Amino acid sequence: MTEAVVAEGAAPAVDLPPLEVRGLVKRYGELVAVAGVDLTVRAGDVYGYLGPNGAGKTTSLRMMLGLIRPTEGSVRVFGRDPQETVRALEGVAGFVEAPTFYPYLSGRRNLELLAAFDGDGASARVDEALETVDLADRAGDRVGGYSHGMRQRLGIAAALLRDPQLLLLDEPATGLDPAGMRDMRLLIERLAGQGITIVLSSHLLAEVEEVCNRVAIVQRGRIIYEGEIADLKRAAGMTYRLSTTDDDRALAVCRAQPGLGDVSARDGRISFIADEAAVAELSQALVEAGALIRVLAPQGASLEELFFSLTEAGHGDEPAARDGVPLEVAP
Amino acid sequence: MSVSEAIRPTAVTAPAQSRRPGVGTVYRWELFKLRYQKRTYLGLGASAIVPILFVLAVHFQHHRNGGDFAFSSYLDRSGLAVPLVMLLFGAVWLFPLITALVAGDIFASEDHNGTLKTVLTRSLERQQIFAGKALAAATYAVAAILVSGTIAVIAGCIQSGFNSVQSLSGTIVAAPKALELVYVSLLVYLIPILTIVAIGLMLSVVTRHSAAAVVGTLMISLLFQLIGILPGLGATQPYLLSTQFQAWQGFLRTPTDWAPVIRAVWVCAMYGVPALVASYIVFLRRDVAGG
Repeated sequence: MTEAVVAEGAAPAVDLPPLEVRGLVKRYGELVAVAGVDLTVRAGDVYGYLGPNGAGKTTSLRMMLGLIRPTEGSVRVFGRDPQETVRALEGVAGFVEAPTFYPYLSGRRNLELLAAFDGDGASARVDEALETVDLADRAGDRVGGYSHGMRQRLGIAAALLRDPQLLLLDEPATGLDPAGMRDMRLLIERLAGQGITIVLSSHLLAEVEEVCNRVAIVQRGRIIYEGEIADLKRAAGMTYRLSTTDDDRALAVCRAQPGLGDVSARDGRISFIADEAAVAELSQALVEAGALIRVLAPQGASLEELFFSLTEAGHGDEPAARDGVPLEVAP
Repeated sequence: MSVSEAIRPTAVTAPAQSRRPGVGTVYRWELFKLRYQKRTYLGLGASAIVPILFVLAVHFQHHRNGGDFAFSSYLDRSGLAVPLVMLLFGAVWLFPLITALVAGDIFASEDHNGTLKTVLTRSLERQQIFAGKALAAATYAVAAILVSGTIAVIAGCIQSGFNSVQSLSGTIVAAPKALELVYVSLLVYLIPILTIVAIGLMLSVVTRHSAAAVVGTLMISLLFQLIGILPGLGATQPYLLSTQFQAWQGFLRTPTDWAPVIRAVWVCAMYGVPALVASYIVFLRRDVAGG
C-alpha cells in the first residue's frame, strides 16, 4: 500500500492512486457484507466494479465515500481517509444506488443547494452541468416529477459540479431504457475522455466491457479478480472452433494434442481452448493426420462468460486473481 | 394545482453561495427548504389561526361566566390577556406539536428522501450539517411562538382593546408595560420550547422516521403532564418539563419572581442538553446505509 498519507486540508495529490482500498471489511453482527476487499484504481482508469446482487459492491462504495465506517481495513482517496474528514473527498464525486434529491425542489435548485455545499465556485458550473446531461430545458421542474433516467442524469450533473478527478458511479444505467443506457454509456465515455478516473459499479457486463479498461470482480464480499479485462481474457485462454474434412479423426488428434483443453464436439463443430502456439502445432498435426482444415477460428470469451465462470466456480474464500493473473479460470 | 404548488412562495430567492461552505450555508438552505414544505405552513398556520379562533370563541361566549384559570376574567377586558391564556393552554399539546412538526422531521426527512448520502458526500462535515439543521429547527420554533403571540395580541386587542391587565399578585399593570411582559413571557416560554426542539431532533436522528419522531416528541411532552397530575408524584412537579411552561408567570407577579425562570433554565437544560448531545453523537457516528 502506498505509504504516503496526505494531510487534512491539503489539495488532492494527483501522483497518488485515486483510490486505494486495503483489507476492507464490514460486518453487521454475524453478517459479513464485505470480507476483505483490496483494490487499486489508477489515474485514468475506467474501472468496473462487478459482482452479483448482494456481493457487497454498494457497501464497499459507501465506505469509499465515507458514508459507512469500515469494521476493518482502510480506504485512501488520493491518499486521504474519507472517514477522518469530508475534505478527503475533494476532487471526488458520485453516487451510490440511485442518486437522490429533494423532490419538492426543482432540478436547478437541487444543484444550487449542492453547489453551495461544495463551495469553491461550484455554483458557476450549474448551467454547464445541466447542459452536459441534457437537462437544461427541464431544470425548472420539480425533481418529484422527474423520470428515473432524468434523476440518473441529474445525479451525474450533481457529481460534475465538483469538477471531479475521480467519479464513483453505482449502477448508473440500471433502470434505464435502451436509449437511456446508450446515452449514459456515451456520457461516461465522454467524461473518461476528459481524463476523469471513473469507478463504475455495475452488473451490466456488456456495458462494463464496452467502457472499462480494468475490472474487479467481487463475490460474497471478496475480490476474486482484479486487473485488465484484456489480461483476464488472455489468461483465460481463447476458445477455437474447428471444422475439417474428417472431423472424427480431427477430434482424436485434438484430444491427443498437448496444450489443448476442454475439447468437445457439438453440432458438427469441434471446440477447444488453446493459446496461439498450441494452435499452430495442432494445424500441422491435423495435416499430417489427413484431416484438412476447413475452418479454424478463434471465439473470444465475453466478459459475461468470464464473469460467470469466476462467480459460479465456487470462489469466495480466496481471490482468483490479482493484477490480471487469474489463479483459476474456467471459461 | 397541487397543494405544494399552491403554497409555494411566489418570489423565493435561493440563498447566496459563500466561497467556503459552513454552518451558515446549511442554515440558510434549511430555512429555504422549509419554505417549500407543507408542514412548515401547517405549523405556522396553526400558530396564527388558533389565537384567532380563540378570540372568536371569547367573542361568542361574551356573556357567559369566564373560567377559573389565570387571566380568564380579563379576556373580555384586555386583549393582552389573550396571549397569556394562549400560553397556558398551548403548553398542553399545541405548541409542542407545532415545534415537533419540524424538529422531528428535519433529519428523518433526509432518511425518507434518501438525501443524507447526497449531502454528506459534498464539502461539509457532519458537525456542520447537524448544527445548521438544529439551528433551522430552533428558528422555526421561535418564529412559531412569536407569530402566535403577536397574532394573539393583535386579535385580542381588536376584540377587547389595548387595556391594562391584573397581575397574578392582584396589581394592575398598565397596557404598555403589560405588552412588554407578554413578550418577555414569550421569550421565557421559548426555554421549554427549545427543549422540545432538542427532544424532537434526537428522535428524528434516532428513529429516522418523521411520523415516529413527531408523535414521539408529543408523547414525551404529554407524558410529563401525566406524571404531573398523578397522585403521589407531586414532589416531582418542579422538575418536570411540563412545569417549566409556566415559568413565565414569574414575570406576572409583583415583584418579579425569578425562581421559576431560573429553575426552568436548569431543568430544561437537564432534559435538552443530553437529548441534543445524544442526537449529535448518533448523527456523527451513524452509518448511512439507506437511500
